Amino acid sequence: MVELARSGELARHVMATVTRVAAGFGLGVFAGTLLGAISGYWELARRLLDPTVQALRAIPSIAWVPLFILWLGIFETSKIVLIAAGVFFPVYLGVMGAILSVDRKIVEVGRTFRLSGPAMIRRILLPAVLPAYVVALRVGLGLGWMFVVAAEFMGASEGLGYLLIDGQQLGKPAQIVAAIVIFAILGKTTDWLIEIGSAPLLRWQDAFGRSAGAG
Amino acid sequence: MLVLNALGKIYPNGVNALERFSAEIRLGEIVAIIGGSGCGKSTLLRAIAGLDRASSGTVTLDEIKISAPHAKIGIIFQEPRLLPWLSVADNIGFGLSELPAGIRRPKVTNALARAGLAEKANAWPRELSGGQAQRVAIARALVAQPEVLLLDEPFSALDAFTRRDLQDHLLDLWADTRPTLVLVTHDVDEAVVLADRVFVMRPRPGRLFEEIKVNLARPRDRHSPLFDNFKRRVLTALDRSLDRNVPDSDSKSTTGEAMWW
Repeated sequence: MVELARSGELARHVMATVTRVAAGFGLGVFAGTLLGAISGYWELARRLLDPTVQALRAIPSIAWVPLFILWLGIFETSKIVLIAAGVFFPVYLGVMGAILSVDRKIVEVGRTFRLSGPAMIRRILLPAVLPAYVVALRVGLGLGWMFVVAAEFMGASEGLGYLLIDGQQLGKPAQIVAAIVIFAILGKTTDWLIEIGSAPLLRWQDAFGRSAGAG
Repeated sequence: MLVLNALGKIYPNGVNALERFSAEIRLGEIVAIIGGSGCGKSTLLRAIAGLDRASSGTVTLDEIKISAPHAKIGIIFQEPRLLPWLSVADNIGFGLSELPAGIRRPKVTNALARAGLAEKANAWPRELSGGQAQRVAIARALVAQPEVLLLDEPFSALDAFTRRDLQDHLLDLWADTRPTLVLVTHDVDEAVVLADRVFVMRPRPGRLFEEIKVNLARPRDRHSPLFDNFKRRVLTALDRSLDRNVPDSDSKSTTGEAMWW
């Protein structure tokens, strides 16, 4: 059955899903990073923005689906926005929290050497925030994969989520298992890509489970 | 010349941390500030550094008023505060980023060698011992060739051997360019080993209580009777600053206690 699906159909479904996740993830990361950075760096913005964002976060993202479909239609836009909404919150929280928890003592070193605002961001804040940012990206990506399934359950004509529904309705358990296995592979691979991509930037970390350092 | 004129600091919560502190410190002089906790010694140092603003009074360095961190003033904290994402060499060069690499690199290499850490150039800060990390912090501050170097209890987190080692190392580096050193400490031994003058401060509100000149030639022998004599004078002043009874002559012989809390 799995072999049957590999006739080329499967590639089309995988591509559809990956494209949606990529677009939604990109959008969510962009918005989450931007707003998270603003409210982490700027006290006034945090007071204005953060309560609203936190309230929105309390709403289960799936609850937005009917509204997104009404506003944005049943096609790609609503799906991508739903995925982006899922990715946005962990990234936003991660970035804001990371900026707020940057060690004041390290910032003081920057002040002692009279770093300008942009230099302070580039040379102190960015590297200090990076480890938490990578974690936020990985959490966001995981949610992205979760939400793509939800999005594709709401009436899609292609994609792995569609394969799941289709398999259920036509009584094809093998097709369902195939889709699940592919989700596992895709999820793990993309997570691994983030990990590999960030590893060279995080070699300096002294953490539990990192035994690379020469004591 | 570093001139402190009637410096005062009242924190927003009403604590009067420092009151009318005045001093003139010559270029190349080493001054130790010592006192019980809450005597405003760290407040004073942060005001000189331009990190916190004094509520009243002024700090001037060579006639220039200091109200923000200044290129001629370096500071070393109790913790090394190295940037964990930079190698040891890049940490030392952190304050020199405006210089072209051709000028920066030899300076950093030289500073590394002076710190005795040439082979650690590419190590991460986490791979250093406490003493090594503080050496890097000293090198980072001195490589920018400040006129005044402020030290806020720089060795208090280190063990006794490492502390002595770093005191000697600091004097050694000081001899190269002879910047002014202003050192906050609560170690009487450290104050007498390093300083030309010891300012004893009194808490609540933080004020200058007594000034003791240590006219001993360097290098100073920590075991000489003269050295002990100065230590005793500082300890006595400290006791009086806290309104404690001055120990009588019998108990004086046991005042070899190095740490003052």
